[in-house]
Formats: sequence, structure tokens, C-alpha cells
Amino acid sequence: MASLVGSRVERKEDKRFLTGKGRYTSDINLANQTYAIFVRSPHARAQIKKLDISKAQKSSGVVSILTGSEIAEDKIGGLIAGWAIRSEDGTEMKCPANPPLAKDIVNFVGDPVAVVIAESLEEAKVAAEKVSVDYKVLKAVTSTADAMNGDTIHEGIDKNLCFDWLLGDRQKVKEAFEKADKVISIDIINNRLIPNAMEPRACLADYNSASEEITLYTTSQNPHLSRLIMSAFGNVSPEHKLRVVAPDVGGGFGSKINVYNEDIVCSWAAKKINRAIKWVAERSESFLTDIHGRDHVTHAELAVTNDGKFLGFKNETIANLGAYARVFGTVTPTYLFGPCATGVYEIPAAYSNVKAVFTNTAPVDAYRGAGRPEATYTIERLVEKASMELGIDKTELRMKNFPTAFPFKQTLVHTVDSGDYVAGMEKAKQMADYNGYEARRKESESKGKLRGIGVSSYFEACGIAPSAAVMSLGCGVGLWESAEVRFNPTGQVTVYTGSHSHGQSHQTTFAQIAADELGVPIENIDIVHGDTDKGTFGMGTYGSRSLTVGGIAIVNACKKIVEKGKRVTAKMLESSPDDVEFKDGEFIVAKSNKKKTIGEIAFACYLPGVRDEMKSPLPEGEEPGLKETAFFDPSNFSFPAGTHIAEVEIDPETGEVKLEKYTACDDFGRIINPMIVEGQVHGGLAQGIGQALYENAEYDETGQLMTGSYMDYTMPRADNFPEFNIGYTCTHATTNPLGVKGCGEAGAIAAPPTVMNAVIDALGGQEITMPATAEKVWKACKNLKKPNSKAA
Amino acid sequence: MKNFNYHSAKDIKEASKLSSSNSAFLAGGMTTIPSMKLGLASYKDLIDIKNIKKLSGIKVSSKSVTIGATTKHVEVANSKELKKTIPSLASLAEGIGDPQVRNRGTIGGSIANNDPSADYPSACIALNATIHTNDRKIEASKFFKGMFETALKKGELIEAIEFQIPEKSSYQKHPNPASRYAIVGVYVAKHKKDINVAVTGAKPCVYNDKDLSKALSNNFSTSAIQNMELDSSDMNSDIHASAEYRASLVVTQAKKAVDAC
Repeated sequence: MASLVGSRVERKEDKRFLTGKGRYTSDINLANQTYAIFVRSPHARAQIKKLDISKAQKSSGVVSILTGSEIAEDKIGGLIAGWAIRSEDGTEMKCPANPPLAKDIVNFVGDPVAVVIAESLEEAKVAAEKVSVDYKVLKAVTSTADAMNGDTIHEGIDKNLCFDWLLGDRQKVKEAFEKADKVISIDIINNRLIPNAMEPRACLADYNSASEEITLYTTSQNPHLSRLIMSAFGNVSPEHKLRVVAPDVGGGFGSKINVYNEDIVCSWAAKKINRAIKWVAERSESFLTDIHGRDHVTHAELAVTNDGKFLGFKNETIANLGAYARVFGTVTPTYLFGPCATGVYEIPAAYSNVKAVFTNTAPVDAYRGAGRPEATYTIERLVEKASMELGIDKTELRMKNFPTAFPFKQTLVHTVDSGDYVAGMEKAKQMADYNGYEARRKESESKGKLRGIGVSSYFEACGIAPSAAVMSLGCGVGLWESAEVRFNPTGQVTVYTGSHSHGQSHQTTFAQIAADELGVPIENIDIVHGDTDKGTFGMGTYGSRSLTVGGIAIVNACKKIVEKGKRVTAKMLESSPDDVEFKDGEFIVAKSNKKKTIGEIAFACYLPGVRDEMKSPLPEGEEPGLKETAFFDPSNFSFPAGTHIAEVEIDPETGEVKLEKYTACDDFGRIINPMIVEGQVHGGLAQGIGQALYENAEYDETGQLMTGSYMDYTMPRADNFPEFNIGYTCTHATTNPLGVKGCGEAGAIAAPPTVMNAVIDALGGQEITMPATAEKVWKACKNLKKPNSKAA
Repeated sequence: MKNFNYHSAKDIKEASKLSSSNSAFLAGGMTTIPSMKLGLASYKDLIDIKNIKKLSGIKVSSKSVTIGATTKHVEVANSKELKKTIPSLASLAEGIGDPQVRNRGTIGGSIANNDPSADYPSACIALNATIHTNDRKIEASKFFKGMFETALKKGELIEAIEFQIPEKSSYQKHPNPASRYAIVGVYVAKHKKDINVAVTGAKPCVYNDKDLSKALSNNFSTSAIQNMELDSSDMNSDIHASAEYRASLVVTQAKKAVDAC
């Protein structure tokens, strides 16, 4: 039987999605359901002086109006940070309470203060307009850089500082810098982004008064984790009386990891009114209240020798958490950021210092790449600048500082198990025709255009993560994953996974793996996910962990099935389990022609007997049935890496940047389905290039979101991109049996510095901030024209 | 969106009769409907004029092209007659919004709305258009009054727009990367007697740039406007483009238009 792993198996989910048979949260309707509209703060920071619902309550069709007072009375818990970070001085981080409905104070535009539940959506909207809130508006803090100098937003949190964290050794860095021939320094901003999943958030909460069970349908990347948080911290319901279902989910990119206010409020309120409640976000609510991403202000320095060896690195960053610290809010700018700050290089001394601040803006949390794009942007911009200042070719300088031996123990945290960074660079250069660049530059010049080339090499730590390691660093949960593999008596297989697919194609990739492990045709394998009532617990999908953690749990459960199959075969064929081999779906007794198919074994396990004979095919003490569960806790992160190369052409008259060529050469270890991986790379690149050239979430000084719709927030479109030139090198991961590494976030990590390095190259080294909009580039082009202008 | 009464008028007379101080005419609905959905506008009555046959269609004479008010962008973009007579107008229509918008949006709706970044108003100015309403004929230069403001009176309905056929013309726009509306759009038209350089997006209302038209009247080539610097003091400034940048874009787009003429 040919192996399916490695082949371009067509997606099992396509027929459903392309023919409109997907089932998303808002497609689900329950009898007698009501509709919720949230009343939200129009101010970034204000005290609630008075909240009057009397008029609204009389509005037609209103079932109930609930406010922060009721939710506080019922002791419903708030939203939480999932990771406790300790400051350099040893003190614990300081986080404010984040009630699901604000009672006394609101902290960002969109913070909900009340929910109006009515018989119809329209009646809920009309009534919501009649809720009158008397606010005392306070001065908002919105700037990341100045947040520590602003008014105190949350009582008891001085300087709006959540923590002041250090990773690394300041003294060693100081010594390294003293030995340097040159110090390259850079000040950069990692712009704030809005995730913009295609499907807006939604939830539908139902309560059964007889079983006292709440069922919550919600747009989540991790239903099991949501249930745990809502039960353990939200006090919404005991865990066994709460079922969370995340059906088809249309994109997440990290924005659907969090339990949100609406999930908690609707679940709690459904029980209160004993009716189902449906809420679907409008797009403007998504812009305002989905978590945002990035938003760092960084000063970084690299100590180098004149011949281009890196000696030391330091990074001082202010990270904006927004109004509240949410699930991955505090770990994103620390343990997902700091350990990757030195990039793919051997740098003997390094530290990262991160000050995380609160502001009156939407909460900032994990967004595709989470911490690693920010880290990679910093080091790769710095290395590119070093290449300009040292006059060493950008690819040569990088290769000079690559590690040559693996495992590679980095200065800060990680031991990278496998990789070949030089091979990746060489292949990327060849794919991009790096050596032919000068001719293309001259051609652009002859048309009056400026051309630039940019390179970045990246690695990232994903496949999160070894539980003991992350819990020692403050994580509130272990980050293992589980799987259950269940045979039917007639031989088909259902695989239950704790991972969640919201675009990642688990139905196909996981089925390919199980098909190879069990020797069962792929069409006989179903993947089930997204329902806490189905299958075992799971931590969900984020941090490129589904395959490297969830996929391995499936492999291990399959291996247990095979072990049992060997025992049963041995009994049936009067042999010893040690003499039974399993290959392509058949159990074969060594040195004989005796064999059983896995289908026969499944049948025998479920129907363990024969007529007229008092005889079982199962060994003594063996349980009937064929179903196995495995929990997998990885021994290390997974470390994909690669080199990307971009070329841009700039029209100096308008400042428009055209991305002419984009080459991505990645090492994702063994690839299960190349077609699906290409899709993941394309999506990541689109978001990474979007950050570099188009996307920007902008607040004014009063905390109003200036980019709250697609009229003002530039989502990249297909015509903004060239055809992507994608290739791979492959070194197998040594820390999991499939040899796989994560691939989902790579594009979003590598693309921003690659594109910006190209833009800045075209501008003669002039720094500009992301996104490189036409106007910023136009201004920089004007500087170029001035005589005696020097690259700033 | 608040509830409203929907009327489908069978002729102009009925549409006019149904109109009140709390009504709006509905053609493609590309601005009216989103505004109502967002709660920025609400009407008691919407009077649909799409089914009034007389309001749709393209007629070409020797000197002018007359386009009915409810003619869709896609029809203007694909019109063979127009591609022969005023190709720049067909290509302007082809660059509005996206296919969905072009399949519903209408020329009359765009002009009546007078969005400061809309494309069509610049065509009206550049092509010395006459706006035919159910009451009178209005010259384009007197029609566009200010941001979202026109010479139309309450209940007055645009029937058609008559464009003068130029010797040569071109429309060039620098789109807003988010909305793809014009940050600046410049419509250059060379007529027998005059040259118009109509600019949209740069100021609160479309206008004819006298400095550029004058320079081009003396010498219709890019070199005539190569180093011109426009006064940006009354130009729009927002998160997408400063006034200074817009002023520069007007000259750049004008040069591109002259090149393309």
C-alpha cells in the first residue's frame, strides 16, 4: 500500500465548504431562542455614573436586560491571563480584574456594560439603543511608548506596568559590547494588527433545566480549554454540566483562543432566563473587541566585530497589552518572544527586557506567530542594518553567524534539535536568482523606479509545548494533547482529537497519518473534533501545535491499537505477539503465511466468540472492543526555519511599493500534505506582507479606533501579491516520531522583515515604520532626491 | 437597520409623487443601504426607481453621450459605443468598487450622493456634463456644491447625464489601499475650446483645477506641469494621506492622464 504521508491528498473538507454544507455557529438555531445585543462603551476610559435600563425594559420584545451588577452578584468570574509572569525584581505581574460586563469603569471602546436579550434581533437592537448610561469620561492612555507616563488606568497598577521582565544576562552582554568593534542599533515599532477572521465571533448558549446542563456553541479554537476556563475561573457551571461545541470555525489566527465576555455572559444568562440565547458579532464589533496583535516599541542593539561576527545582543521592548491581560496576553511578549530574539544566530551574550503596559485599547493577545514575528522582525532588521554598515553581503553575514552543528544550544533558552540553515540560505538564493539581482535593479532604474532586495532568515519555536517546561515558567495548564482512535466492528475508524481545525485541514492531514499507521483506506477514517462531549480532553489549536503535538497523540493511539491487534492475532493464529508483524493493514505471523487483516481483528474484538464453540479470539484478560487513547506531551518545541527573499519596486513619484518577487524556502521537517502546507505558507505570507505594507490598527489620542472598518483598515487582497515562489529543505525533527515541524505561522513570522528589508534597501537604508504605506515611502523618496542626503 | 416602507415606482411621475421629506430614492443602494445598516441614515420610505425603464441606457449623438441615471457601472464599462466615443469614461466605470458594486451601483446614484472620493463627479466636470432632472437641466460646474451636497432639491430626480465628447481624455486614480476609493483621481479632458482637469478625492468636493488646466492649455504635455506645486492648504488630510501628499498626487495623476491621452 502506498504511503499517504507526503502526498497531495485532496482535502476531505472541500466538498462541504465549497458546496455550502459547512455548519458554523451562526448556522445553528434552536427552538425558542432569544437574541442578544451588547451595549458597549463608546469611551476608551470612563466611570459609569449611572446605568438606566427602565426605558429599554419597556421596549417591545425584551426578555431580559442584565448588567455588571447582576453578574457581580452571581459571582461570575472574569476573563483571565493564562500565564503568570514574574518581573526581573522577582515580583509577580499585576493584572486588573476583567469582569464580563463592566460595572464601575470601562477601559476601552467596545467594553461591554450590559446585554439586552429579546425575542428578535431587531427588538434587541432597538431596546439596546434605549439603555442609558451616564459616563464620566476620563483621560485615556493610548500610546504604547508613553503608557508608563500616563494616568493610572487600573487602581494599584503603578505606571500601568503589568511586569518588567528579563530573559538573559545583562552583565555578560555588557562585557560583550565592550569588546565590540561596532554597535548597530535600531528603534522599531511592531505595528498593531487586527486579526480579521472571515467568520466573525458568535455564540449560542442553551440551558436544559432538567439536566441542569449548559451547551455553548461558540467560535473557538479550543473548546475544551474554554470549558475549563469558564468552569474553573468563570464559575459559570461545573465542568460536567457545561458542554462546549466549536463547530466549523471560519478562521482564528489566535483571535479565537480566548474565552470572551459574550461566551460567559450568554452561558450565564441562558441559565438565568431558561432560554437559548444567540449572539453574532457585527464586523465593527470584531474590529473593536476581538483581540489585537503585536504592538511593540523596541530599541535593540547588536555588538559586532569588523569582520561580521556577532558578539552580543540586547533588546528593550515595551509591549502593549491593551486594557486587560487575556489568556496568551502575557506570554506572547515574554516566553514566545524573548527566547527567539537572537534568531538563527550564534550570539554568545544576549538579553531581552520587556515592559508590558496597559492602555485603553482592545486587549492584545496571540495573533499568528505570537511573539515570534516581533522577535524575528527585530533581529532581522538589525542584521540587515549591520550588513549595510559593515559592507558585508547580507547573505554572507547571516551565514557567517549561523550555527553549523545540531542540536544547537541557543544562548537564551532553546536547544534546537535539527536544521540546516546554510542549505536553506543557498537554496533560497538559487530560487530567487539572488545573483541576478543587479540586472533587475538596473532595469527598474531605467524605468525611473527604485528596486530593493531584502532577506531574512528565521527560526521559530512552536508546537507548544512540554508541560513541565511551560508550567515552570508560569503557564496555568499543561500543553499536551490527546487522541482517541476508535474502530467500528465493521472496520471503519473514528479519530477523536483535542486539536481544532478552523482552516488547518485536520480532517485530511490527520486522516493521512491514521491511514498510514493503521493501513486503513483514508475514506474509512473520520476525524472528529470540536465538541467537549466527543472524545477526550485537548488543549486546542494554536502555536503550530496541532500536528506536532495532536498528530503525535494520534500516532501513539494508533500504535496502541496495533499492539493490541498483535496480541489478538497471536491468540487467533496460535503464535506469540512478538512474532507478529504489522504492515499495510495486515498482521502477519513471522516465517509463515498466516495473517489477519486489521478489519478482521476489529471484528473479532467486538464479536469475540463463534457459534457452537465456547471459544474467544481474545487472549485471557484482554478487554473486548478496539479503542485506544493516548495523551502526548512533547519533549521539546518544534523549530521550523528558513530563509525568505523579497524584491520590491518603488515608484518614487507616488511612493507606491510593488512586491515584485517573493521567495520562501522553509524547513518544516517531514511534510504530510504538500498542498495543504502550501496553503498554510500562502496564508501566512499574506498576513506577514499585510503587516509590512498595508495593515495597521490606529487609535486616536482619545482611544477611538480610527481603522474600525474595511474602509480604513487595509486588508491585503490577491492583487497585492506576486506569485509566491515556494520551496523547502527538509531536516526531520528528532523529537517526534513523524519528524514533523510546525508550518502555520512561518509566513507571518518571516515576511515582515523580508519585505521591509527590501523596501529599506530600495530607499538607500532609510528607516521607515510598518506598514510601508505609499505616503511614508514617498516622503523617504523625496529625501533621496536631495543632494548630499545621507541614509538616516 | 430600522424598518421602512418599500415602494417600486413604475414611472418618474409616481416616484416624484411618493417622495417626501422622510424618503429617499433607491437605485443601486450601494451607499443608501450600508448607511441605513450602520444607523447613519434612516427613512420612512424608500422609492425604488430601478424599474423605470426610461431611466436606463446609453445614447450616443455626434457631440455627446447621454447615460440614464439608473445605468449600472458594469453597463457603462462594457458599452461598445462608449468605448468608441469616450473610452476614458468606460474605463473609469470599470475601476469603481468591485464586481458586486459594479453590478448594482448606478451612475445617477453616485452623482446624487457626491461622495468626495467618488469617481463619476470628476467625469461630469471634465466632460462638461449636463445633469438632466425631472425638473431642469443643471451644468456640472453648478451641480456639485460641497461634501455630499448637490444642487438637487428635495424630491428632484436625476434622469440622465449628458457628457460632451472630448478630443481626448483620461482618468487616473490613486486608490485608497483599504477602500479602493480615490485618494486622488484626476480626469483630464481636452475639448476643442477648453481643457479640464477635474480632481476628486483631494478636496471636500470635486473641482476643476485651474492652474493645471491653464498650464495644459498652453502646452498639452507632461512637461508643462512637471514641476508644478499645488497649494495644499484646503486639501483633505486624514489617516490615509496628508494634504501635502494629496497635492503631489494630483500633479502625478494629471501627468499620467496626459500621458495616457
